Parts: sequence; structure tokens; C-alpha cells
Amino acid sequence: MKLALGPVPYYWTAERLHAFYDTIADTDVDIVYLGEQVCSRRHSLRLPDWLSLAERLADAGKEVVLSSLILVESESDLKSLRRLAANGRFRVEANDMAMVQLVAGHAEFVIGPHVNVYNPASLGLLIEAGAVRWCAPTELSAQALAGIVSTLPATVACEVIVLGPLTLALSARCFTARHYNRQKDDCGFICIDHPAGMPLTTQDGQDFLVLNGVQTLSAKIHSLLHDVGSLRRLGVAVARVVPLGENMAPLLAHVRARLDGRIGDDTGQDALAGLVTGECCGGYWNGLAGMQAGVSGVRGTP
Amino acid sequence: MTRTDPVSPTMAPGARAPAKRLELVCPAGSLPALRTAVDQGADWVYLGLRGATNARNFPGLNFDENGLRQGIAYAHRHGVQVLLALNTYPQPQSWTLWTQTVDQAVELGIDAIILADLGLMQHARQRHPELALHLSVQGSATNYEAINFYHERFGIRRVVLPRVLSLAQVEHTVAHTPVDVEVFGFGGLCVMLEGRCTLSSYVTGASPNTAGVCSPPEAVRWYERDGARETRVGGLLVDRYEAGENAAYPTLCKGRYVVGGQRYYSFEEPASLNTLTMLPQLLAAGVRAIKLEGRQRSPAYVAQVTRIWRAAIDECCADPEHFVARAEWQQDLATVSEGGQCTLGAYHRPWK
Repeated sequence: MKLALGPVPYYWTAERLHAFYDTIADTDVDIVYLGEQVCSRRHSLRLPDWLSLAERLADAGKEVVLSSLILVESESDLKSLRRLAANGRFRVEANDMAMVQLVAGHAEFVIGPHVNVYNPASLGLLIEAGAVRWCAPTELSAQALAGIVSTLPATVACEVIVLGPLTLALSARCFTARHYNRQKDDCGFICIDHPAGMPLTTQDGQDFLVLNGVQTLSAKIHSLLHDVGSLRRLGVAVARVVPLGENMAPLLAHVRARLDGRIGDDTGQDALAGLVTGECCGGYWNGLAGMQAGVSGVRGTP
Repeated sequence: MTRTDPVSPTMAPGARAPAKRLELVCPAGSLPALRTAVDQGADWVYLGLRGATNARNFPGLNFDENGLRQGIAYAHRHGVQVLLALNTYPQPQSWTLWTQTVDQAVELGIDAIILADLGLMQHARQRHPELALHLSVQGSATNYEAINFYHERFGIRRVVLPRVLSLAQVEHTVAHTPVDVEVFGFGGLCVMLEGRCTLSSYVTGASPNTAGVCSPPEAVRWYERDGARETRVGGLLVDRYEAGENAAYPTLCKGRYVVGGQRYYSFEEPASLNTLTMLPQLLAAGVRAIKLEGRQRSPAYVAQVTRIWRAAIDECCADPEHFVARAEWQQDLATVSEGGQCTLGAYHRPWK
């Protein structure tokens, strides 16, 4: 199974992003998704900067994919999508049907987890349009995924997010700006001061969500690492990790070892607990509420 | 079936398209609500069938086959069109329920179907080439490139825009697509981008996309504790009300949580969308239809909102320059609003 690293969801400075991807270049991640997919106002890196970063990672042997914005509202959003689609060098990940419309019939693309694909008919249509890989929405259960993956042609790979916070919602409204009583148009890019988002708890102190500008993330870390065996049996070809901090190298090495069966479930969960802060969840995979604990039906490594 | 082709290919260059009427699309969660909407002046009524195929899957709501047949007959007798909302996303294990529902609705004489799912749209287009298709708000198309994808592939006639766009963005979208644009005018307000929100399934296992519900009633519990009322969804504390505070339905994005040591409505106060004051601008922007939310509400609600919006649309279309949202309309709408409050949502700049 290949290992992929999703785009950084948070607003980081250019220095922070460059330092982060310097460390990623040295990991044995196979695929790196790059770009800003949360807020079109964020601009610490512009497309030419992302492209030069992409070249550097490609030189380090990574497959690089450029991720597109999830919520596309304005003409300037569409212009930046068009520039991304026309980059001529790297594949794009479509996270909105606008990007699908721009690349359909012109270039191979990856279907991101924010495009609604819940059944084989929908996926088939996007494959006809040029999709070569499909990252499943996190809401899908293993059972639903099995029913879709079984229909995939051999040329199309299935990717699943196996570790990271869940993207639960996007909004036209910026909740970080709201916290500071600022208007979105005049936000002062305040989210750059929160490189891991702003934790939101319930009134009785339960960790619930993380505010990341217009994006809302889960506080718990979604993990399917207890179920690598079933991922493999389903034919999942790529396992994606969503960046959950700046020090990802040890975590990625751990995931790599789990995927390769070098660390089994018996000791793996404990080791993982030492690498992530906060609780893990995985309910979606079992058809339950996403915040519930993942309960593996299949123990052990193959 | 009435055809409402957005662009006439035979129109002479430079000729102006005839002015179109702004249509009113009203909710019907039951046969009495449907009759009320028709009687009070709806141009369209939209409804769902019982079960998970539509985005307002509440117990005791929606239509069975017989009800749908009667509803369509009543509406058609009065020149009103009926829309079936089939706007959840079918999964492999239940796919045929959705395709059969499309086929059944066509047999019963439905005027158009509101869909969100790509695969289901393809099924509807291939099996029923003449069927009018509307892209649901759950389809999450917020820009004309996305809308035109559905137009080119499935010939959709109308799109319902998610409640995330500003007026200028709505106008720009209308100008760049041949698809008619419908916007929400009044009712419960999604703060999040519709069709891509999984807050509800994260907490309860059921979401608008998968089960047609958000923060569903069966997951809600109320508790009295130390003189305060607590409301929980899926066991999670959404809000706590002191004595004398008005309690609202615990929609997950409208709770009070704690961020940075402050307790507040972290996403949005419980309030309804109300764009009545913006009718002239929406008309000028080229919007084709106004949708009222509330299939889960009573026939009395439907009567109230339909009557007011019919009168307002008629006055606005007759003389948009001098249109004023009357105080009595606004007062009556406030009485049926969430938490008694109204908002312009994303049309209001500070909100964005």
C-alpha cells in the first residue's frame, strides 16, 4: 500500500511550510498533496511557490498532486482553479465539481475526499471524465466502500484517509475571525496565529471540534490503523495521512511500519498513542458515529 | 410537463428575453401542508417520500405513494407544479431504492425531481429523457463551473444555491450559466456549506447526505440539572440554559461552546434566514425562484410563509423600485422563525 500525505489544512507561514516539507522530502511517503484547500484568502505561498515546492518534492522521488479549494465561490476562486488546472506539470486533486468541470476530458485527475461519491455510478461517471484515483469521503463505512471498490477498473486506485483530524464542515463564514469579532473581509489573517487551529470544547469540557478559519475539524484523530488488514483486503491502494502538526516524520514512519505489517496491532496502538495527542476515533468505518472509537472486526496483521 | 428552457436558441441576436416571473417554491411535509401551499399561492410545492431518500427525513413526515398521487392531482388541478426532493446520496447497499423512487415518481406524474447524487442524475437522465432535473442544494454547487458540469452532462434546468454566496456572487453565477437559479428566501439556515457537512454524522451516525437528517430528534436528550436545562445530541452537550432563557432545537452548529475560555454561539445563533427585504435585488440579479424552507413544519407555518411571500413577490414584480417589505409581514415571519430571530445569512457582509 502506498502512503500519501494530504495537504496542510492550517494556515502556516511560508517559513513553516518550507521547513515542514523539507522534513517530508526525507520521509518514505510516496505521494504528497500540496496547496491551499481551505481559504482563498490565505496566501503565504502562491501558485509559483507551490509549484517550486512541488518540483523539489518530485526531485526527492515523491508523486506530487496539487489539491484544489473545497468551497469555490467567486470568479477569483475560479481563476485560481483554472491556473491550477493548467499548470501543465502536476496532477490535480479535485475537491469541488468546478475543478472536475475544468479538467474533465483534458487531464487525468484525482477525486478528492470532498467530492460527493457514495456509489459506483457516481464514481464511474468521474472515471469517464478522467479520474485515475479516488480518495473516499471519510463518512463512508467499510461496507459501502467495499461495494464501490469492487466495481473499480484496474486502472483506478482507491485511496482512504487512515489518520488525521476529520474535515467536518466548510462555511462561507470564518469562525476564527468570529471568535475575534472580526469580519471575514478584514480578518487580518488571524488564523496564522493558530497553526493547529483553535480547540472548541463543550460547556462540560469535552474536546469536540477544532476551528480552522472557514473549516471545522474534529478534535479526535480519525484512525483506521487498527484495521490495516481490512483496508488491504478491500483493495485500498493508497493510505492517506492528514498533517496534524509540524513533526510528522516519526508518525509517518509509524504508519509506514503499520501498513507494511512491521508493527502489529498488539503493540501498534500503544505506539500510536505516544505519537498523537488526544483521543482517536474511527466510528465511520464501522457504520457508526464518526466520533466513536474504531472497533476492529479483524484483529492482527496479515 | 412544462418546459422552461432557460435559453431559446431561436432568439434573434440582440433581442431581449421576455421577463420571467419570479416563482415561489413552497415546502410540503404532508398532504394538508401541500393543499395549504397550493391554496396560498405557491408556484411549486416540493415534497419527499417516506424514508431516507430525502433531506427532511423526520418521523411522521412525508408522502407515501397514495399521498403523492393525491398531492400531484390537487396541485395540477390548481396549476401548481410538484417537485420531488430525492436529495440524499444512495450507497451501494440501497441503490435500487433510489432509482425505483425516481421511476415511481415519473409514473405518478411528477413535474421535476430535485437530485444531488451524480449517479442518480445519470440514471434519471438516461431512463427518463424528458424529466426535468433540478440540482439540490445538497449537490453543493456554489459556482457556475460546477453548475455547468451538471448542465452539460444531464441538462439540469435549475440549481438550488447553497446559502454561502453573497448577492454579487449570486448575480455573477446567474450571468454565467444557462441554468435557472433558485435561492432560499426564508427558513432554517444552514451555516455550513450544504452537501459537505458531516457534523451530524460525526456525532450521531446520520447526516443530511446519508440519511436526510441533521442533529436528528432521536439523538436529542433534555436534562434538568441544578435548575438549568441541558440539551445533548448523541450524548454531547450542545447547550445549557439557565431558568428564563429560551431554549432552541439543538442543531449542532447552533450550540454554545467554549473557545479560548469564552462561551458563545461559536458558529451561529439560532435564527432563520429571511431575505424579504432583498427581493428587488434578487429579482434584478436574475434569480428565477425563491424557495421557502420547512418541510418539517406544520401546515399553519406553510400557510403563513406562503401567503406572505406570495404577496411580497407579486408586489415586488409589479413595481420593484418601490417595493417595501411591510412591517406586518416581517412581524408575522418573526413569529415562525427559529429563536424568534432572523438573519440575512451570507447576504449580510459582516456575517461573511
